[in-house]
Amino acid sequence: MIGKSMRFWIVRFLTIVGILLGMFFLSKIITDNLDSYYYQILIQCGIFITLAVSLNLINGITGQFSIGHAGFYAVGAYVGASWTLLWQPRFLHSAPFLQMGTTFGDAINLVIALVLGVLAAAMAGFVVGLPSLRLRGDYLAIVTLGFGEVIRIVVLNIDEVGGARGLSGIPTLVSTGGMAVFWVFLLVIAVVVLSKNLLQSVRGLTWLAVREDEIAADAMGVNTTKVKVTAFVIGSAFAGAAGVLYAHFFTGISPDVFDMNTSIVITTMVVLGGTGSVTGAILAATLLTSLPEMLRFLKDYRMVIYSLSLIIMMLTRPQGLFGTKEIGWKSFHRRRRTSAGGSAAA
Amino acid sequence: MQALLQNLIYGVQLGSLYALIALGYTMVYGVLGLINFAHGDVYMVGAYVGFYACTKWLPFQDISVHPEAAWHNLGMAFITLMLAILLCAALGMLIERFAYRPLRNGLKDLDAHFWGFVIALPLTAKFITIASPFGLISFIGVGIVVGYVMRPLIKHLASRIKLTSSRLNALITAIGVSLLLENGGILLFGANPNFIPNLLPERKFNLPGGISVQSGQMAILAVSLFLMISLRYIVLYTKPGKAMRAISYDIEAAKLMGIDTDRVISFTFAIGAGLAGAGGAMVAAFTHIKITPLFGLQPGLKAFVAAVLGGAGNIPGAVLGGILMGVAEAFVAGSKYVSYRDAIAFCLLILVLLFRPSGLLGKNVVEKV
Repeated sequence: MIGKSMRFWIVRFLTIVGILLGMFFLSKIITDNLDSYYYQILIQCGIFITLAVSLNLINGITGQFSIGHAGFYAVGAYVGASWTLLWQPRFLHSAPFLQMGTTFGDAINLVIALVLGVLAAAMAGFVVGLPSLRLRGDYLAIVTLGFGEVIRIVVLNIDEVGGARGLSGIPTLVSTGGMAVFWVFLLVIAVVVLSKNLLQSVRGLTWLAVREDEIAADAMGVNTTKVKVTAFVIGSAFAGAAGVLYAHFFTGISPDVFDMNTSIVITTMVVLGGTGSVTGAILAATLLTSLPEMLRFLKDYRMVIYSLSLIIMMLTRPQGLFGTKEIGWKSFHRRRRTSAGGSAAA
Repeated sequence: MQALLQNLIYGVQLGSLYALIALGYTMVYGVLGLINFAHGDVYMVGAYVGFYACTKWLPFQDISVHPEAAWHNLGMAFITLMLAILLCAALGMLIERFAYRPLRNGLKDLDAHFWGFVIALPLTAKFITIASPFGLISFIGVGIVVGYVMRPLIKHLASRIKLTSSRLNALITAIGVSLLLENGGILLFGANPNFIPNLLPERKFNLPGGISVQSGQMAILAVSLFLMISLRYIVLYTKPGKAMRAISYDIEAAKLMGIDTDRVISFTFAIGAGLAGAGGAMVAAFTHIKITPLFGLQPGLKAFVAAVLGGAGNIPGAVLGGILMGVAEAFVAGSKYVSYRDAIAFCLLILVLLFRPSGLLGKNVVEKV
């Protein structure tokens, strides 16, 4: 007989395998059939969804006002690109499993780049998370913004990574074998599942408690220090991973890609989606990534319309698209059940 | 030693400019708790007002041809400064009324008319020319009609909107306004850099110790100082100033005491934007810097950092923070680490905030449950 916990693990294992296989074939199909322009937008959407949902962990769920997310994105991108472009060819060019050009070697190298980028970004997140213990609200916001700018300026001044020109000719490890959708959306699934599970767990409740009232949470025995720093570390780790994928898909990175505007766009996605709502962040990220592309027919008026729509959305829907709600199978289900319950009571 | 003093003078001059912009940030922050991201772009608009006044609107004379016209040009420069202050103050009030106030009070009928005109602009844009008044008349007509059509819609929307006091919302709205000013500026002024030619006689004064100061630099410093002292007078000794302080202390209590908070907030925006506009016009006129629709971004950000450094909401703090940052930047720019000059502001900020979490002169408020 199979025990209950055993069955749980088998189901979980099968789900993961199923998702991986499904993603694998979906990736093949999309790569073969989609026009390259839309393909790039799709990948860009995936990367920005990861960024928005990971910032939502810090901003939306834990309530720490961070607006410098592009800094962590930059750290990931540069460290990952440094591995494939500088360190691997210089130090390990003859290592047996690390040859780039084969499907397997590319995957291994990408994973190593991801691990390094994630570690570096998480470390940066830890460093930024520390001041969050002392700073609150707007002060924290400006420190995170400043940190993002400092990272950009430091990168600008390192000749090894190209300075203002940036790095170009990064091998397209992500696209090898038509796997770009697979890698990017695997990351999206990872960050979404993590957020969702967090929101449904006791640990997630402590994070929400820090957002709602830090002092009360502290009084109730929540280790607020640990929660805040953990949120920063996890959020920035995912941003770093998104950076690695960006670098290895678009093959070129420069400090301009990671400037203040990028940080602001990511923050806007979180607020527009409804602070704390994961599905909202996903929708807003998709919308804000594709909106400038959709508005291309407006030519010069494009960015004016874009900024106006930003203002109008904030004025007419201050709580964001979804508020703090989520949409999904469960919310439909619950709504039906409550309405059924309501009618029964009546 | 000589280089040190020279950098110090340059730093104070740069810092007075940062302080001028930072004042607008800090006043708005003190009153509303809002980071007005569009403030740097108001500074940019001020620079463009200066540019158009100097090259198109006002009869400046070329001093390389008519050296005797210096006094005439100086008078014109004064008018330019006034124009920049007034137009930017109006812009500041406009932004406050139609972008930030609806966040606090909800949408009103006036908002419907404003958005009516916004919608009318692209509809009649191709008729609007300087040559015939028809375009303008059609724009106003269409604007009024669309405004009345929008009224019920806005009313319906207003009844459904749940107002929040979230700061993130205000921040994103401010970012939207900032993007609007930048991209509207690109549309209106063109993306190419412009600069103001030499209109005033430039002198270089040699001081003892081998250091020199430019007359333009001194003018910026003097005007900034004058404006700051006037501001101090307004805030401390006039009724609107008193009301401003009351609101920043406790907005609800101020309302109960009969202060028309919306008017005072509007006034605060006007003053802040006017100061930024004056700064922009002076920089454009005296330093011959190349102005583009995006050039308010970096000074705006640094001025905001200066405001936070001094303690957000604290007026002397903003001046102190601005000067401090200008000097720090000048010293970095004068050393071999010149490429890090934009980073020093943030490093200084992070360092200060780690030890004084509410800025240099800010009060450390103990949070209570």
